[in-house]
Amino acid sequence: MSDWLEGALLIVGAVFLLAASIGVTRMPDLFTRMQCATKASTLGIGCILLSVALSMEDLGLAIRAILTIFFFLLTAPVAAHMIARAAYFVGVPLWEKTLVDELRGHYDPQTHRLAGGGDAESTAGGGKRVPGP
Amino acid sequence: MTSVVPSAVFEPADAGLAVLTAALALGFLRLVRGPSLPDRVVALDLITVIAAAILAVETLATRRAVFLDAAIVLALISFLGTVAFARYLERRGRDE
Repeated sequence: MSDWLEGALLIVGAVFLLAASIGVTRMPDLFTRMQCATKASTLGIGCILLSVALSMEDLGLAIRAILTIFFFLLTAPVAAHMIARAAYFVGVPLWEKTLVDELRGHYDPQTHRLAGGGDAESTAGGGKRVPGP
Repeated sequence: MTSVVPSAVFEPADAGLAVLTAALALGFLRLVRGPSLPDRVVALDLITVIAAAILAVETLATRRAVFLDAAIVLALISFLGTVAFARYLERRGRDE
C-alpha cells in the first residue's frame, strides 16, 4: 500500500518537473516562462521529497526531507520575485500579445521606487480606482 | 518457479529518473537558447531544482542518506545563486 503511494508520488513529481521544463522551453516570453518554472517545479520537487520522506524508516531523515519541502516553499517565490523584478527593470520585452501591463508608468526607472496607486497623478497609465463602499 | 526477471518489474525510481533526465535536457535547451540573461537565470534555477529532484530519487533508489544531504545543499545554493544573479542584473541595469 505504502509502496504504491511512494511510487505514485515520485512519478507525479517527475511529471510535474517535466511539465515545468516543457513550459520553460515553449512559452513565449520570460514572465510566462517564469510562472511555469516556479510553480510547477515547486509542486514537483514537493511530491518527490514527500515520497522520499514516506519511504524513510529513519524518522530524522524523514523530517529532513519534510523540512526541505518547506525550504523550497519559502524560497521559490522569493527567488522568482527577485528575478522578475530585475528583468522588468532591465527591460526584458513582454510578449507582443500581452494585453495588460499594470506596472507601466508606475516604476521610476532611476530610483526603482514603486509609485503607489492612490496618487491621482501617478495613475495616469490607466489604473482605474474602484470607489469604496 | 523462483526465476523472476528483474527487468520486468516496474521500478518507479527508474521511470522517474528517465522523466527527470528529459526535463533536464529541455532545461538545458532553454539555457543555451535563452535570448536574454534573465531567461538563462530562470533556466539555471529550474535545472538546479531538477538536479535536487534527481538526487532525491537517488536517495530512494540506493537507500543512502548522503544523497538527501546533497539535495538539501543544492537547494540552498540554488536559492543563494538566484538571489545573487537578480541583484547583479538589477545593479547592472542601473549602472548602464
